[in-house]
Amino acid sequence: MSEPIPTTDERGELHGFVAEFDDVTSVTRAARAVRDAGYQKFDVYSPFPIHGIERAMGLRSTHLPWIVLVCGVSGLGLALLLQYWTNAVDYPFKISGKPLFGIPANIPITFEVTVLLSAFAAFFGMFVLNKLPEHHHALFEHPRFRRATDDGFFLAIEAGDTRFDSKRTRELLQSLTQHPVVACHAARGGDHAPSWIRVGGIAVALIALLPLAAAVAARTGDTTKPAFHIVNDMDSQARFRAQVANPVFADGRAMRPDPAGTVAFDGLIEDPVVLTGKRGDAWTTTMPVAVDARVLARGRERFGIYCAPCHGGAGYGDGLVANRAKDLQEPNWVPPASLHDTLVRGRALGQLFDTVRNGVRTMPAYGRQMSVEDSWAVVAYVRALQRSQNGTPADVPEAKQAELGAR
Amino acid sequence: MGSAHGPISVGSAGTQSRGEVWTRPVLVDGDQSLGAVTRRVCDVVEAPKPPRAWYIAITISASLTLMLFGMVVYLIATGVGVWGNTNPVFWGWDIVNFVFWVGIAHAGTLISAILFLLRQKWRTSVNRAAEAMTLFAVCCAGMYPAIHVGRIWVAYWLFPLPNQMQMWPNFRSPLLWDVFAVSTYATVSLLFWYMGLVPDLATLRDRAVTPLRRRLYGFFALGWRGSARHWQRFERAYLILAALATPLVLSVHSVVSFDFAVSQVPGWHTTIFPPYFVAGAIFSGFAMVVTIMVPARELFGLRDLVTMKHLENMNKVILATGSMVGLAYATEFFIAWYGGNAFERFTFLNRALGPYAWAYWIMIFCNVVAPQFFWSKSIRTNPWLMVGVCILVNVGMWFERFVIVVTSLSRDYLPSAWGYFKPTPIDICTFIGTLGLFFTLFLLFCRYLPMVAIAEVKTVLPDAHAHDEHGHAGGAAHGRSPEVQHV
Repeated sequence: MSEPIPTTDERGELHGFVAEFDDVTSVTRAARAVRDAGYQKFDVYSPFPIHGIERAMGLRSTHLPWIVLVCGVSGLGLALLLQYWTNAVDYPFKISGKPLFGIPANIPITFEVTVLLSAFAAFFGMFVLNKLPEHHHALFEHPRFRRATDDGFFLAIEAGDTRFDSKRTRELLQSLTQHPVVACHAARGGDHAPSWIRVGGIAVALIALLPLAAAVAARTGDTTKPAFHIVNDMDSQARFRAQVANPVFADGRAMRPDPAGTVAFDGLIEDPVVLTGKRGDAWTTTMPVAVDARVLARGRERFGIYCAPCHGGAGYGDGLVANRAKDLQEPNWVPPASLHDTLVRGRALGQLFDTVRNGVRTMPAYGRQMSVEDSWAVVAYVRALQRSQNGTPADVPEAKQAELGAR
Repeated sequence: MGSAHGPISVGSAGTQSRGEVWTRPVLVDGDQSLGAVTRRVCDVVEAPKPPRAWYIAITISASLTLMLFGMVVYLIATGVGVWGNTNPVFWGWDIVNFVFWVGIAHAGTLISAILFLLRQKWRTSVNRAAEAMTLFAVCCAGMYPAIHVGRIWVAYWLFPLPNQMQMWPNFRSPLLWDVFAVSTYATVSLLFWYMGLVPDLATLRDRAVTPLRRRLYGFFALGWRGSARHWQRFERAYLILAALATPLVLSVHSVVSFDFAVSQVPGWHTTIFPPYFVAGAIFSGFAMVVTIMVPARELFGLRDLVTMKHLENMNKVILATGSMVGLAYATEFFIAWYGGNAFERFTFLNRALGPYAWAYWIMIFCNVVAPQFFWSKSIRTNPWLMVGVCILVNVGMWFERFVIVVTSLSRDYLPSAWGYFKPTPIDICTFIGTLGLFFTLFLLFCRYLPMVAIAEVKTVLPDAHAHDEHGHAGGAAHGRSPEVQHV
């Protein structure tokens, strides 16, 4: 088309020629003339959007609405998915008998997220398509270009256009305006931010990622330590702990006993035998509650917790605590009784129950730690334990006695 | 702008032969040149010193803001018990003030978005300040839900973030809808406001005489240079944001009203709440815009740009929405009677005649009676009188929220659980402090940012339109002159 022209000189790379105009009419006419001359890489600069300039320039409409549509639909889908997964799948949230996932109750948040993502798309999409922010541009070198944000109008034909010709392009522009046409140059290296800004920006961005990385590491890694709480205010509460004094009450105790004459909701047992172990004035010799394998298993478990530390697993009075006290030769230590003593074996069931509930000699009462049912379960287990350690051949069923003799 | 900027079509093809002339309305007074508009707006920002009244105003409002911070620190350090909220009124001034400020926040986006879609071009002079006011009101509003939760340091539980408790928020609760609605509204309002601000920041950048101003304004102007290709996408994005913000602004106060309407408290459980709240929000928001724009235009010499016509238009909106609010009050009363629910009937009689009757009748006077003065043209075009009426409207709208929140809670189903709410001095100082915060932010905005949308106002000037020597449209290239159309 034309011989190659120098596009760089001591001022930097040639960006293009810029013509200045005083009003909308002349710049619009110029834009149409430049378009008709076949130029593509040119632009009009004005302090406000000129109506109809896009037609004069031959611009196509923007893709922005489609970007917004895609983002909006994504927001809609993401919001529905988020609400469905969190409230119906991962943490089923049953409240007021409402369905876990119902469109009416989930519409408000779906709507808000749809609008939010669409707005982000419109805002950021516009700036990205416009290749902004671009704080430095060759046109800012133009001595009068600042009028473009006040009351001036400019038209620039870029050197990159295929029809650009340093002579003819300048003549075309000069024929359209009275103002002198100016060549603008992109200053060498001038369109980069100072290095300290770039390095600093990257450093800040990396540091900003650290908390996120720490959170991801904490959520994905394995650890034996307790879960990390950012806020530990549940651990230090303004409340009275067990065994401390509380001046609010006349007796000064923080732990409150049941008020006299009251029974806890689930504590009402109407049968006095079950409650006290006494039938009239005498200890009961029969179990007042039904005993089955489940009760015995429960009794064995409670026995292991509350009785075995002193009485020993088999009931011989050789539990860990008792042995330790013997080793230390504690002067005031009263050794626990063996449950297989004749005296203990001879006790009525009701008296064993009373011992469990209320203690005896130095043995503490366990009525506060164990429910009535559990206490009877322990009694049943103690009886079974005694029988297991003190059996006679007569205890063996007749059908099996022959096997005993054979051994 | 965008398509809203097209030639205004008047009449149809059938009437075009009559040859009547349609003249483009003059929307700003004084010097109509492009440079004059730039100067008038930028002079406010570039003046070496603001008016003395500005210093007085910001001293007062900044002191009140400091008091607000003190109150908030005291609240967080001590607990919500420093407020008057107690059995049976657990939603006290915190919720009243939240709804009050969110309501005010509605005018900005309404002016920006809805009036834009309706092609009400007079909005260009007031939309920037109204949008800024929206943001500042949202700041005041958003503070209350954050600080009223008690343990503010776990307020992030409001958001669906994975956490060590393996729990998620309840997405079917109106309180969570509220979180999403208000935060979305704040975000979109900020984007909308900032996007419109970018070309004007570029104007300030290009006029700056000190390097600091040039760099600061230049940084936030993002290198805007007024390219036609940029303007094209800008206008499209602006139109889309307006179209998005319009349903959003209507949804926000609807969702706020769900906080009440979805509950079963008598006086709250009504279906009229969403439209009634939205009308009230627009009502109070416009009243606040007029309240702050009248002194601002006097103080900063913007009478030519924010003209009496603009203020009158806003007063007409106040009159219309105030009448809608009055209709809503009447409808509520009618439904309370017609619905036949004894508790509902009692609640409304209790509002008008019970212990809070004083608040109810303040509300009725300020919201229903006061705006009716705007039927008179001399009142709605008098700056002093219109500010007086608008202040009354804001007082009335505060009392509306007070009546709704407090009367319903103080006397609901069980007479044995009735009570009378009394605010503490902390309540009162916190509220006054939010007024200080609001006005501080607005005064800073007036001083450091263009209060009027420069680029948008230029689009309604005569010079914004091409006129060809042949009488044909130069810009539109489609036969009809945008300046004078034959109808």
